[in-house]
Amino acid sequence: MALLLILLPLAAAALAFLLKDSTLRVRLLPATGALHLVLLLLVLRAWRELPHNAWLGLDALGGWVLLVVSVLFLICALYAPSYLSLRPDRDHRVFTVCILAFLGLASLLALARHPGVVWVAMETTTLVTAPLVYFNRNRRSIEATWKYLVLGSVGIALALLGTLFVAYSAHMGGLEEPLHFNRLMAAGASLSRPWLRAGFVLTLVGYGTKMGLAPLHSWKPDAYGETPGIVGALLAGGVTSCAFLALLRIYAVVVAAGEGPFARELLLGFGLLSMVWALVFMVGQVDFKRLLAYSSVEHMGILVFGIGIGGLAARFALFHLAANALVKSVLFLSAGNIHRSYASKQLPQVTGAIRRTPVSAGLFFLGFLAITGLPPFAPFISEFQIASAALTTGHLASGAAFLVLLGGIFLTMSDTVMQVVFGVPSPQRIRTPYKDTFATTAPLVLAMVLALALGIHLPAPLRALLEGASSALEGNPPVPVVSLTGVAQVVQTEVRP
Amino acid sequence: MFTDFLIALTMLTNFTLVATSRVNKAIQLAVFQGILLGLIPIAMGLGKHLHILLVAAAAIAVKGWLIPFLLRRAVTQAHIYREVDPYVGYTVSLLLCAAGTGLSLMLAHSLPLKPGSTPTFLVPAALATLFTGFLLLVSRRKALTQVVGYLVLENGIYLFGLLLVEDMPVLVETGILLDLFVGVFVMGIVINHIHVAFDSTDTSYLAELKD
Repeated sequence: MALLLILLPLAAAALAFLLKDSTLRVRLLPATGALHLVLLLLVLRAWRELPHNAWLGLDALGGWVLLVVSVLFLICALYAPSYLSLRPDRDHRVFTVCILAFLGLASLLALARHPGVVWVAMETTTLVTAPLVYFNRNRRSIEATWKYLVLGSVGIALALLGTLFVAYSAHMGGLEEPLHFNRLMAAGASLSRPWLRAGFVLTLVGYGTKMGLAPLHSWKPDAYGETPGIVGALLAGGVTSCAFLALLRIYAVVVAAGEGPFARELLLGFGLLSMVWALVFMVGQVDFKRLLAYSSVEHMGILVFGIGIGGLAARFALFHLAANALVKSVLFLSAGNIHRSYASKQLPQVTGAIRRTPVSAGLFFLGFLAITGLPPFAPFISEFQIASAALTTGHLASGAAFLVLLGGIFLTMSDTVMQVVFGVPSPQRIRTPYKDTFATTAPLVLAMVLALALGIHLPAPLRALLEGASSALEGNPPVPVVSLTGVAQVVQTEVRP
Repeated sequence: MFTDFLIALTMLTNFTLVATSRVNKAIQLAVFQGILLGLIPIAMGLGKHLHILLVAAAAIAVKGWLIPFLLRRAVTQAHIYREVDPYVGYTVSLLLCAAGTGLSLMLAHSLPLKPGSTPTFLVPAALATLFTGFLLLVSRRKALTQVVGYLVLENGIYLFGLLLVEDMPVLVETGILLDLFVGVFVMGIVINHIHVAFDSTDTSYLAELKD
């Protein structure tokens, strides 16, 4: 059944390509999204052993990330029909096909148990999302697409080299192919250290480029700034989550090999650098979509920072993945609505949006409060826990820097957001027919409510999934959820000192 | 012996690549390099494994026939024949390429090979080719030459992959090859759109978006 998670969206993509009727094609999106989520929940319910030799199978870590992507996709898919009906001038076929293919590839990535398959899935997501960046078909969007494609491809090429390095380190340790993650982690101690370290650095740089960690993020503001809000939401919450998962898979192997401290130091450095970089470029940012892109750089920094601290912080970094994806979807979609209403995404044209589009602007403001870590929204929980874990585990300087950066980002971001939402309406504003409707705002409200609910209470099954996912990051063999092929074998639990 | 000859030839191709100004010639050289790489596993005496032979044949077909076909089509559609005024001049590029090759030899020296395996130039050649690809990507203005740089980069990675060629699952290798092909295909489409939008494929026009 887990295989359906990959096949269903891909089949829907093929169907969308063949369908001539565009209303029917657009309706495929919410239908596929809902079906995918239901399937995933069913798969996650059926806990079984994960064989050593399985090529595909869902473990807790992959399950958690795919759950985040699936929910985010559903929110975007519910929003898509109303958005696309506002853009009758654009070709919806390529858009629909690519977005569905992305969901299939994200599922492949989450289920893949071999580093090579993970790489292939990640590279293919880059290729299918490139046409989405080019949705607006103007000079600015082609520039963004070119940068996205070239930087993404080069980054991902480095990740491939890193993956080969990790494979060579296993080869030196006498491990035979196929190198499934379970086998790599179980044989951690025999992996060749120099190759493994070099491999981790390369995959960090490679998948880090796809995540948009500073200083490898230069494609990000351009791509997020020039695409529709819906694509921005999918890129910021979906593609980056996939890249993060790909990185975590290699990280888990590195930890199992006993090189955790080396990897964590690098992640800590990249995390703080990303936050500093985001802060610097947020100052005086007049383009609110680019502002969100830098916020995404910041939150990718928070994710790797949390992993870098390790332990409890790593668990809350995984929680933050969900919090960030939900709130980013609110922010990007509401920013898209405001953009549509003003035909501009920049100060000083867009000010006082609360009067023209009260619901979207209100959600944009709430999203801003949530993403900068105000209680009781979900990002507050994760940011607070990561900071307190950093301070209580002896990372005093890093923890203090983390808190200072969060505060600084709140202040700089609020400057632009307050003007957009509450500012005095500009005399240069343009009238457009766009008005907030139920269909363009309800999915955002849903995402906001979910972010609020996660901030107040984490249901027990989700907590168990999260705990399983974070235990994989401590070098323990992955918690089995469900497998596809092969006879079930008992996963050997290796006792570590 | 013959393997070393092919690897040396690959490294020499790097130098010719950074020194050429004609786009067509750069494509030819990258293709030549791709074919050389496809021959190496056979020269290593691995031709008796059917799956290696098949993957090598697929690699030669993709890099020697499909990709040049896509790139030549882009050349004729966009009428680009010369790399004019690159960010880094040809002489400097050559010197940088030489320095990169030297550095790769040193770097490869510090990474241990599996005990018992025959000493090989694969690792330094892979790193040097990777470096050449990077150099082309950052120092050239034309979108097409940048794609050639990306191909050379991939060639470097493929060279390293040859160390593991006996082990690598066919599934993964075909996936990588397919992604390379689709990647170049998509880049070709984007280049065509750049040409239509700007009436040029000079990437220095792509500088409107910044902070």
